[in-house]
Amino acid sequence: MDIHEFLIPPADTARRKGPYDRIVMSSRVRLARNIRDSAFPGWAKKPERVRVLEAIRPAVESLPEMKDAFSQSMDNLTTLDKQILVERHLISREHAAKSAGSGLVLNREETLCVMINEEDHMRMQALRPGLQLRQAWTAIDTVDSELEKKLDYAFSSELGYLTACPTNIGTGIRVSAMLHLPGLVLAEQINPIIQSVNKLGLAVRGLYGEGTEALGNVFQVSNQMTLGESESAIVERLEKVLAQIIEHEENARATLLEKKPKMVYNHIGRAYGILANAHSISSKETMNLLSLMRLGVDVNLFPGVDRALVDELFILTQPAHLQKQHSEKLSAEERDLLRADMVRERLKHVSRPVSKPGGGQGTGLDKPEK
Amino acid sequence: MLCCICKEREATVHLTQIAGDKMQKVDLCEECAKTKGVNDPTGFSLADLLLGLGASQEMEQSAGGVDLKCPRCGFTQADFKKAGRLGCPDCYRTFADGLDGLLKSMHKGTRHMGKVPESLRQTRDISDRLKALQKKLTKAIQDENFEQAAQLRDEIKQITAKLSNIAAT
Repeated sequence: MDIHEFLIPPADTARRKGPYDRIVMSSRVRLARNIRDSAFPGWAKKPERVRVLEAIRPAVESLPEMKDAFSQSMDNLTTLDKQILVERHLISREHAAKSAGSGLVLNREETLCVMINEEDHMRMQALRPGLQLRQAWTAIDTVDSELEKKLDYAFSSELGYLTACPTNIGTGIRVSAMLHLPGLVLAEQINPIIQSVNKLGLAVRGLYGEGTEALGNVFQVSNQMTLGESESAIVERLEKVLAQIIEHEENARATLLEKKPKMVYNHIGRAYGILANAHSISSKETMNLLSLMRLGVDVNLFPGVDRALVDELFILTQPAHLQKQHSEKLSAEERDLLRADMVRERLKHVSRPVSKPGGGQGTGLDKPEK
Repeated sequence: MLCCICKEREATVHLTQIAGDKMQKVDLCEECAKTKGVNDPTGFSLADLLLGLGASQEMEQSAGGVDLKCPRCGFTQADFKKAGRLGCPDCYRTFADGLDGLLKSMHKGTRHMGKVPESLRQTRDISDRLKALQKKLTKAIQDENFEQAAQLRDEIKQITAKLSNIAAT
């Protein structure tokens, strides 16, 4: 099956709801697992990688959770297919670089995804919209418990699950949330927040994970340490820290609107002005401006506009998604023109932001109980 | 002080990260700091950096030296220095001495506290108990407390039998 027919349309993806989704765009828990007596994918020769793939793939496909799943060897996907999967945050950039001997199994709902022969033999992840770390952990824990009956995991009683990189050893868990933090960025409070989150042993990364830029004011917060602590303790710690960050973001937004409303309106108004009128715009500028528009929707400067409109554009304006809508190969310049056309078209019926937020939904604070 | 990455230029960027009760320090020159993205707080994490440089040093100092080779997969110390990844699960045993300090600096603890595969849960508890008893036995012999030693030896015998029973099923 073609991956593009399989994937949920961006309009539907953008409409998925979860707790605190004003700020928490998605939650993810991934586990790294390896097979006993087999070299890790980075060191194994191709025949061994293929053997491991052929052992793991049927086991994953047979899971009840993977009914009607998309399952494919990475060499059967084009570069564009893989890039689209990266833009949807379903596979890592590292996995997109893989070919023969690596594979992917993705469930129908796009809430469960197993990368085979990425850095480890298996990287399985559960994804949820909004803040749902515990639900994601429970889901992936269940899948893992089913797979351990069919596969012989590399496990040491002392060191736990053995992984290619010593940074993942032990639980092999990475608990992360993708956060939209325009308030903290505008209030210039983001750096101290990042520093204190780092001090708690958590990592803050950009939109596409390790080593990437925080485009569109989107940040990923995740645990770094995997050994010496249980999975539930790690999930709990992340939950506590995220509750704090959400509160800080809400406070930053409220304070900005109270103390510097003109500054906020100016940013959002200009973002709208450019997006609604540009004839050429880069992916990076689009993301940064869409982030401000998303903030505008959150603080009710665009009455009647659904956040899903912005979130759908977040997905559709990325390079591979844009390329996919056109049959001929586009240059970066051509993409910038087509991107601007698409955004203008989509914003045609969106009136310019009001200069005083109206009442109703969107203005209330979105704070989790601690 | 020289930069701990290139070991050529003077270090002018000094970083400290406190994680739990552990403090980690890194000293870098301007250039290496830039290439590692230290100035960009979003893309930088000290753990990634420490992995890159601390790892190879620790490994070199460890027993066996650079020539140590994993008997299962043929992976060497030098390969780890290059890749920052290990060759196979057995490498953790091969390079245990060198990895010990590295794991200590990277993680909260050095012993797994999380999930254990169902099939191993029983044996893990028993083998933990076995290890503790063996330690006691060694001590009892050293102290010439032979009465206790005999007792411990019997206990160990029992548990070992239990363990092999489980392994057989």
